[in-house]
Amino acid sequence: MTIEASNLSFRYGDKPVLREVSFALTSGRFHALLGPNGAGKSTLFGLLTRLLALQQGELRLAGQSLKHQPAEAMRQIGVVFQQNALDLDLTVRQNLQYHAALHGLSRKEARARGDRELERFNLLDRANDAVRQLNGGHRRRVEIARALLHEPSLLLLDEPTVGLDVASRKALNEHVRTLCEEDGLTVLWATHLIEEVRTDDRVLILHQGQLLADGNGQAICEAEGTRDLAETFHSLTGAG
Amino acid sequence: MKAAHYWHCFVGIQTREWLRFWQQRTRFASALVRPLLWLVVFAAGFRAVLGISIIPPYETYITYETYIAPGLCGMIILFNSMQGALSMVYDRELGSMRVLLMSPLPRPFLLVTKLLAMGVVSIGQVYVFLLLALLVDVEPPLWGYLAVLPALILTSLMLGALGLLIATWIKQLENFAGVMNFVIFPMFFMSSALYPLWRMNEASPWLYWICQFNPFTHAVEAIRFSLYMEWNPMAYGITAGVTAVLALLATAGFRPQRTRILGASKPA
Repeated sequence: MTIEASNLSFRYGDKPVLREVSFALTSGRFHALLGPNGAGKSTLFGLLTRLLALQQGELRLAGQSLKHQPAEAMRQIGVVFQQNALDLDLTVRQNLQYHAALHGLSRKEARARGDRELERFNLLDRANDAVRQLNGGHRRRVEIARALLHEPSLLLLDEPTVGLDVASRKALNEHVRTLCEEDGLTVLWATHLIEEVRTDDRVLILHQGQLLADGNGQAICEAEGTRDLAETFHSLTGAG
Repeated sequence: MKAAHYWHCFVGIQTREWLRFWQQRTRFASALVRPLLWLVVFAAGFRAVLGISIIPPYETYITYETYIAPGLCGMIILFNSMQGALSMVYDRELGSMRVLLMSPLPRPFLLVTKLLAMGVVSIGQVYVFLLLALLVDVEPPLWGYLAVLPALILTSLMLGALGLLIATWIKQLENFAGVMNFVIFPMFFMSSALYPLWRMNEASPWLYWICQFNPFTHAVEAIRFSLYMEWNPMAYGITAGVTAVLALLATAGFRPQRTRILGASKPA
């Protein structure tokens, strides 16, 4: 399952936030959407998740327009938002069951799938704890487990490591890469942190609403004549 | 999507609302303080000032407490619905709304279900209030407690939809104080909640007409009549009609980008 964006433009009032952005994700790969703060990453995520209405351009999921197939799109997409979207006072399991119910799963099915995901994330023993009792890294894992409950083929993560310490950031990043390899998930990981990106990743660099580079990390570096992604990112955006 | 999916979703949203309510039971109790103050203190003070004549649905002279109890039921729902709708798009409920809107089910269904779920919690408060009102001799017939339920559900949906509409489209009212001054208090005071409208007509005919056009008046009358086992087709009809229109406008016109659901506040 893949997603294609063509000529996406978006503005808040008079301020353009995305300009003619086009890309197509490769099925089953890890994609890093790299951009400094304010590059338009969250706006792009807003469009992909239908929280923002398309103004210009088109989004297609497996060849079908997102606009005409919203239900199918939401079934195929799992999302981890930048801000916490868990109910802190409810337990981990209650949070998962809420999400599962929203996707039309019965309680029994929700419980089975929830436990399976939690086990995979080494969190089954915390299932009955209130989310408030979990540390930041574990909360993020619960959010990813939740995003996978309805078995999507595309996982979108908007700066999922914000607020985490270095070790948790690294662990979470590794974890999602493993999911990508094991489940054949297509992953779009937005970040402004270059250390979360590898040179063999498919890299999309977004800056001031424009897509400045799109391709294999190594190939981008060669094309730019730079030694590594950090230098490329810096030379393209002035950041990093 | 099959009917079973809708059902699981409906149950899931209701369950979550009850779980949250259970977590915040102290807030539930404190929300009852306001209407009880009106019932016990305000009504005691005003009993002597306002004589109530025999008006339908009552069959005899009634105390002022008995008169304002249905209006205070409406007030409980009014405050809860506005607060609930505001939190859907501005603060506490943002995370839950993001998750809600990622559902593949149609948004109008999700939003109406959410409004109903919030309504069920306020209706729980109304029933606790009515039980406490027995202590000041507000004693509707036993079956009235059941007969009033549809009116309470309609009222909560109507006010929830109104709250959502306002919270989504009127940026100036994004905090609760604004909504209280410009929506809740005018709706409450310009209605039949605290005084029968014939009295208002004696005081000021134009205010009387404003009260007549206020849908909250009709919601309160629907509550009042059904609580006393009387059928008031006009009150019910207007409440149901306004509910349908507001629910349609609020859900069809809902735009997440006009809220903070996506993330930090952005100019819309």
